[in-house]
Amino acid sequence: MRVNLTVNGRPQEADDVWEGESLLYVLRERLGLPGSKNACEQGECGSCTVRLDGVPVCSCLVAAGQAEGREVVTVEGLADFARQRAEGGCASGARGASGGSGPSGTSLDEARARQARGADSHTGEGTELSCIQQAFIDAGAVQCGFCTPGLLVAADEMLERNPNPSDADIREALSGNLCRCTGYEKIMDAVRLAAARQSEGV
Amino acid sequence: MPSRKLSTAFEQGAAPTGAPTRITQGSRTRGGIGESTLRPDGTLKVTGEFAYSSDMWHEDMLWGQILRSTVAHAEIVSIDTGEALATPGVYAVMTYDDLPADVKHYGLEIQDTPVLAHGKVRHHGEPVAIVAADHPETARRAAAKIKVEYRELPVITDEASATAPDAVLVHEGRTDHHFGHVPHPNIVHRQPIVRGDAEQAAKRADFVVKGEYRFGMQDQAFLGPESGLAVPEEDGGVHLYIATQWLHSDLRQIAPVLGLPEDKVRMTLAGVGGAFGGREDLSMQIHACLLALRTGKPVKIVYNRFESFFGHVHRHPAKLYYEHGATKDGKLTHVKCRIVLDGGAYASASPAVVGNASSLGIGPYVVDDVDIEAIALYTNNPPCGAMRGFGAVQACFAYEAQMDKLADAVGMDRVEFRQLNAMSQGTIMPTGQPVDSPAPVAELLRRVKAMPMPPERQWESSEGADVRQLPGGLSNTTHGEGVVRGVGYAVGIKNVGFSEGFDDYSTARVRMEVVAGEPVATVHTAMAEVGQGGVTVHAQIARTELGVARVTIHPADTQVGSAGSTSASRQTYVTGGAVKNACELVREKVLGIGRRKFGSYHPAWASAELLLEGGKVVTDGGEVLADLVDVLEDEAVEVEEEWRHRPTEPFDLRTGQGDGHVQYSFAAHRAVVEVDTELGLVKVIELACAQDVGKALNPLSVVGQIQGGTTQGLGIAVMEEIVVDPRTAKVRNPSFTDYLIPTILDTPVIPVDVLELADDHAPYGLRGIGEAPTLSSTPAVLAAIRNATGLELNRTPVRPEHLTGTA
Repeated sequence: MRVNLTVNGRPQEADDVWEGESLLYVLRERLGLPGSKNACEQGECGSCTVRLDGVPVCSCLVAAGQAEGREVVTVEGLADFARQRAEGGCASGARGASGGSGPSGTSLDEARARQARGADSHTGEGTELSCIQQAFIDAGAVQCGFCTPGLLVAADEMLERNPNPSDADIREALSGNLCRCTGYEKIMDAVRLAAARQSEGV
Repeated sequence: MPSRKLSTAFEQGAAPTGAPTRITQGSRTRGGIGESTLRPDGTLKVTGEFAYSSDMWHEDMLWGQILRSTVAHAEIVSIDTGEALATPGVYAVMTYDDLPADVKHYGLEIQDTPVLAHGKVRHHGEPVAIVAADHPETARRAAAKIKVEYRELPVITDEASATAPDAVLVHEGRTDHHFGHVPHPNIVHRQPIVRGDAEQAAKRADFVVKGEYRFGMQDQAFLGPESGLAVPEEDGGVHLYIATQWLHSDLRQIAPVLGLPEDKVRMTLAGVGGAFGGREDLSMQIHACLLALRTGKPVKIVYNRFESFFGHVHRHPAKLYYEHGATKDGKLTHVKCRIVLDGGAYASASPAVVGNASSLGIGPYVVDDVDIEAIALYTNNPPCGAMRGFGAVQACFAYEAQMDKLADAVGMDRVEFRQLNAMSQGTIMPTGQPVDSPAPVAELLRRVKAMPMPPERQWESSEGADVRQLPGGLSNTTHGEGVVRGVGYAVGIKNVGFSEGFDDYSTARVRMEVVAGEPVATVHTAMAEVGQGGVTVHAQIARTELGVARVTIHPADTQVGSAGSTSASRQTYVTGGAVKNACELVREKVLGIGRRKFGSYHPAWASAELLLEGGKVVTDGGEVLADLVDVLEDEAVEVEEEWRHRPTEPFDLRTGQGDGHVQYSFAAHRAVVEVDTELGLVKVIELACAQDVGKALNPLSVVGQIQGGTTQGLGIAVMEEIVVDPRTAKVRNPSFTDYLIPTILDTPVIPVDVLELADDHAPYGLRGIGEAPTLSSTPAVLAAIRNATGLELNRTPVRPEHLTGTA
């Protein structure tokens, strides 16, 4: 079958899709967007999290046909998505929210001091990043990185809803995303950092 | 919400003295060692651009699928591939009979693992046949059409069934080098360690405690499943893009089975989604290459999570029997122990795991009289091998439970009792090896105990109980009633690097040249970056040693010499050491060029200690002699060199004596738990760690490793276990629905206190760090649960039924 959908703001058309294929398979294998990861294929790990009409979903559990005519945002489009949201003034939500920087493991000053700037051409220097992507790098929340795309999409969505989350809020929102490397502490740091930066308008 | 600062402290000890490679380069170059520089692959990983092995794609590529045995132990009566082969879209089906070379087995140390089953399967999920097709679903369906007739055999599942007089042999006709000294053919390896006279010493004991402990089978559960892409090449060879821990070890095992010389099997490291020991053995490497060579097309194989549970070795489950004695003033008199590790159907890393479990079997304590025995069994359970902590984890769980029991018997505080018996620099190990670098065991315990305790009843808020902070969480099973807090401590010892006489070297190629008017260093190694941050550290070392701002990390492949395995906490030490060494050689060559070109202009070229800093040649007094751009001009300086740590020796097969280890690594934990005693639900509130790291080359990454290792220890304490049916030896929970790893809700705050006491034998004084935190985390959590409940709890993981008495 043919599936038409909008991915990261661009209309896409996938041909010869077998009815049993997941949205994740179509993104990865047919549309050249392997950023969303396949780690369990049964909705337990969150590595394949994408936004489907704004709602975070495990794309491994969405049949490709169900995405017909709908809008998908993947990690590859996260920076653009966040920028458009900020420009549209519609709720990065952070602005105008509580001015406090919240409980933060990595202070803003610390993080500024080591704000990521790739030093080599192969590291993606000059790539525009969203606040949450930048915070993941700066806080050391990325090790093997396999869980990172799903966590970024989920964390970005949470900050859109809840710009000043408590630690318990963060844990609840990210409880569907497994990470095996970090012990989650630096992921907590990264989300607190992103929230603080957004509220400061950094 | 209580606000929390990241409670990560760093304290440095004395500067290293007499280090084997002199530290001459200063720290004036930014981004050098000791700084928390950021990952060079960070941007790629947060944008989805980083290419993991499962992301590989090639035009015209086929998908491979493996058919695995549905029973654990059986003779194969027949295999019928006809219907599978006739399926449209299928390009090849291969069984044992289709293997192209005389070599049909592989293995890390003992080549006992068939590439595809031959006449017999020895465990549930053993590969029997492989299929290549144009769509993964086509391949899966075709594999399901292969008809295999099995005649089932009795299953060997534990020590009793393995060593029974009439036991079926898991491997008949063994010829491996361990066979001569094992008491039964179903025992892979046995290592006794005997020092002093434990029998005699036991008579001095005022208190003796005994215990029998069980340790469950843990899965590495790396998130990126086994995967890779094999591309056939015009010269008849193959190029494999693969996620692994050790490219050259894979190569050594793959090439003979393909019937190819090693130079026709090219390997490039693809992005690795975690490893933790589970990628030390081969998984789909040979299968993908076989299908690619058979079909002449690129073949990609990606396991799903179900298959991943069968596709790699696990942590050895164990039964451990301990006897400890102490005098009434609290000094340990003796330890006797017997550690039985279940190696499963194939040897994998079992012999080395036995070596670790035995040599580290009594923990970081001073005991002159010991009698230790460790064995690994061949059974029909899933094969077990390397996982973070590697034999030392199982022992630590048991000896730390014993230390608590014995402290209670003596009537001493549990931490003070440990401190009284703690080893230190100069202590002689049970193997007779002196510990010749700092061993701050008592100090780590002091530090972890001194950390502030988390406040009581954190779930209470002005709006009532926040159930998210309670055992059971949003299941809303308690608002605090029946909840009891407990605190537990543990400390452990892990070896760093490959032990027992292994030639554990690494190779680094470093090149320095001027690119676009700027001096640039390129570091090329075969080190598998699995997430640990080795690439970050290599760039830091190159900046420190060569004084350049720009460092390029070349992709890891087999076009450079071996870097050894990314395991045993060894990569920063050994490949880091190799990079440092190669940089020093490059520096000498660069200075040689400088002397030739400019030596006559300034006397300092001949006399002074010269450094490379900030892109310039400077004297140790800071005077600039030349710009590196002018020294090098269009010349490139390149060095490839192997580097070795000091040698080790094997353990004597009867006494276990020998200087078998390179370095030791120590961590201590304090666990604070809250237990709903009515439902048996545990919430770990905090898991504090103090660890000596020698020198933190990248403090941010060091803390990340400690927190990650701690969390894997938490997993084995309260949730993670591969359940194998004892009647059928079949795996019952191969999914993330049924095998649970800690989520962010299960994981507590993990404050880390880092101590830096230099090891004079190691580059920069550093100590391997990745594994030690996985050891003590588990027994600390168990001790805290015992403290909360008063239960004995001799097995891990602890499940609710063990706490409610309904097991």
